[in-house]
Amino acid sequence: MLSRAKPLVMRLLGTVLLLPLASIVCAEEGSFWDGLNMPRGVTSVSRQVYDLHMAVFWICVVIGVVVFGVMFYSMYAHRKSKGAKASNFHESTAVEIAWTVVPTLILLVMAFPATTALLDLYDTSEADMDIKITAYQWKWQYEYMGEGVSFMSELSTPESAIYNSTPKSEFYLQEVSEPLVLPVGKKIRFLITAKDVLHAWWVPAFAVKRDAIPGFINETWTRIDEPGVYRGECAELCGKGHAFMPIVVNAVPEPEYNAWLAEKKTAMAAERELASKQFGLDDLMVKGEEAYNRSCAACHMGNGEGIAGVFPALKGSPVALGAIEQHLDVVINGTAGTAMQAFGGQLSEVDLAAIITYERNAWGNNTGDVVQPVDVLKFKQGREK
Amino acid sequence: MAHGPAQGITRWLYTTNHKDIGTLYLWFSFAMFLLGGFFAMVIRAELFEPGMQIVKPEFFNQMTTMHGLVMVFGAIMPVFVGLANWQIPMMIGAPDMALPRMNNLSFWILPFAFALMASTLFMEGGGPNFGWTFYAPLSTTYAPDSVNYFIFAVHILGASSIMGSINIIATVLNMRAPGMTMMKMPLFVWTWLITAFLLVAVMPVLAGAVTMMLMDINFGTSFFDAAGGGDPVLFQHVFWFFGHPEVYIIILPAFGVISQIIPTFSRKPLFGYSSMVYATAAIAFLSFIVWAHHMFTVGMPLAGELYFMYATLLIAVPTGVKVFNWITTMFRGSLTFETPMLFAIAVVVLFTLGGFTGLMLAIAPADIQYHDSYFVVAHFHYVMVAGAVFAATGAVYYWLPKWCGRMYDETLGKTQFWISFIGFNITFFPQHFLGLAGMPRRYADYALQFADWNMVSSIGAFIYGASQLLFLFIVVQAIRNGRPVSEPKTWEGAEGLEWTLPTPVPYHTFTTPPEVR
Repeated sequence: MLSRAKPLVMRLLGTVLLLPLASIVCAEEGSFWDGLNMPRGVTSVSRQVYDLHMAVFWICVVIGVVVFGVMFYSMYAHRKSKGAKASNFHESTAVEIAWTVVPTLILLVMAFPATTALLDLYDTSEADMDIKITAYQWKWQYEYMGEGVSFMSELSTPESAIYNSTPKSEFYLQEVSEPLVLPVGKKIRFLITAKDVLHAWWVPAFAVKRDAIPGFINETWTRIDEPGVYRGECAELCGKGHAFMPIVVNAVPEPEYNAWLAEKKTAMAAERELASKQFGLDDLMVKGEEAYNRSCAACHMGNGEGIAGVFPALKGSPVALGAIEQHLDVVINGTAGTAMQAFGGQLSEVDLAAIITYERNAWGNNTGDVVQPVDVLKFKQGREK
Repeated sequence: MAHGPAQGITRWLYTTNHKDIGTLYLWFSFAMFLLGGFFAMVIRAELFEPGMQIVKPEFFNQMTTMHGLVMVFGAIMPVFVGLANWQIPMMIGAPDMALPRMNNLSFWILPFAFALMASTLFMEGGGPNFGWTFYAPLSTTYAPDSVNYFIFAVHILGASSIMGSINIIATVLNMRAPGMTMMKMPLFVWTWLITAFLLVAVMPVLAGAVTMMLMDINFGTSFFDAAGGGDPVLFQHVFWFFGHPEVYIIILPAFGVISQIIPTFSRKPLFGYSSMVYATAAIAFLSFIVWAHHMFTVGMPLAGELYFMYATLLIAVPTGVKVFNWITTMFRGSLTFETPMLFAIAVVVLFTLGGFTGLMLAIAPADIQYHDSYFVVAHFHYVMVAGAVFAATGAVYYWLPKWCGRMYDETLGKTQFWISFIGFNITFFPQHFLGLAGMPRRYADYALQFADWNMVSSIGAFIYGASQLLFLFIVVQAIRNGRPVSEPKTWEGAEGLEWTLPTPVPYHTFTTPPEVR
């Protein structure tokens, strides 16, 4: 019975060893095994990282083959059932020194390229442009420093697809309301921070992953070599929406980028214009429902009932039914020490007005109050004094 | 003079006998293992397919958190304390642990700690949902109210660990039989002695971390809140100053177990005994100076990043020495492959694979890609499960016949090994692919390109989970109906004081110290 078990041991252990080997060989041929290995990426840093990854991997494979080779040989040749008699050796200073020194040398060999890559990765100097990335529960804000352009980027996969009542699209959970548009060939410095909890901005194709820490600004950089759409995700646990705040980067040639930027500036000016308009209740309710579902429903839920013990209900709540002034204050400035963010800097005046109007009139909160964008603007200005 | 145990429940409540307390620890840790395993099954069931099917994301986060906490603090740490309680006095020729009443206390506060922790799942707002590493401010400002119960539970189990470790240190240093010099101690005793020092050093750090959380949440301090002059990254430094030695706290006793099992079934003395001892001490020392390799993406200064990378790489040296010594022990031995040996060999192979991925993770620039992805999940399950849990399972098969004088069913044991081994690899090997392809850890739902390997991983997890029920069956069957064994040495090649005792071992052993030559 014992002897039957052994070839099986070896075969299985062999599989464990060979699987990564096979997969990597295939991955370099660019076949359907692509999803098994780290992407090579489209930046100099990502390629350095990939090469390091592969180098260390192959070193490990070689060590593994030698070490496990000796082990499997013993398991095959030194079995009691084959009449092996045990030796009694149990020390050899020479051997023990050798296998302390050799691994140390191998580690030194690894440390050199790793150091070079790290120096490169940390060199954020002489950037052509700065993008400030601010993480919120559960979306990203991108600000083009010095351009006056900023916007929120959040998951655009509908809840119905997540809960399986509608089909999932090709980029399920990897699609956003508005992608980050970047020019190729430019050194872009990212300034990364967060407004609530920790997040991490990760785009595998750039080998950029950096924690977003509330109250601190982290720096990192990239230079994208090829135009394309690159997808990433939040990599630091940030609450229940952790899996639902993807990153999409649209890398385009510089002229296209400049055109996009000019268009974006015009659009933002038009949006600011809207803030001085007056809207009717129905209009605000429609806008409000849409904006509420985008920005508020993750916590307060689509039906306004919140989650008991964590996120308060808005349906019948004292804030939604009480003084407008207080409602504006909570939405615009947030509530310190809780998960309620300050939305004043995240959303336009129109959206804020629509959301507040919606919250005061939906789910049976029939106050009949209408809050106009100008009211929001006035409140903000009054606060700033 | 020897007398038997008290009857009924009071035997277990009031016991100061190291064997009884060892048994309590072992059963408790197995119960926690099943509970944590159940949480894992919920996680893998939800991840079987893209989309949310079974639980909501907020509950999913509670499952990942509780799975980690229960497995680390409830299953793996106590199982080795249980083994230490049973084995250390018998291995060094002592009649019992040095501090038997404290031993009782350190066990009996554990069930309360975990009852408290598990009860949070039923509270309004749910249980801890911030990951087993509970990074601030998700675990402070943004935590559910139940976080205070969690903090109290961590304090209690920390106290339990500290008492357990003091007991082990006192026992090993004071109660060795005449002639049992330090450098004659079995390696399991050595690894536990070093582990106990690690525990005494770092459990207070953990207590400090959760106390600072408690202050931030309830008393208006701002240790981890930048708005009040604090720093969320401080939390991570404090946590990992505890957390990294904790990893070795878990794995060193497993190394000890392997160093007992492999020589027995190789019928050959352990190769390089003294280098094993020095390697263990070196690993323990290094474990204190590498903590920030868990934080390569927080934006440390370049110098810090380089230092932690170099220091981390160094750990490969003593760890490699251990693996080489085990393999050289097997070399030109006379090998047989009973269940404990199968588990020991699996530990050497799979732990080494986990070591290789550890080496890859140590390379800071590459870690930028691996960090917080499923690659890390695969890595630490290769170390924690295939390292620590497999070693503990092997240890139970190895010593159970000695403890209760009954043999487990060898065929069933081997079957259980193969199911565990295959299930484990189907579960965790594909997670390397998922991580490299870009799937972050702690995701309740994922993009479609990750669907295939997640399904494979879930199937493996159900197989591995089922194999643990078979393990329970095998152990219960052995205790109740196993073939009686009475020779002192269960295994032909076994060496050491515990194998000089009658089988099953009497309730009190070495009431007169043995002579060690």
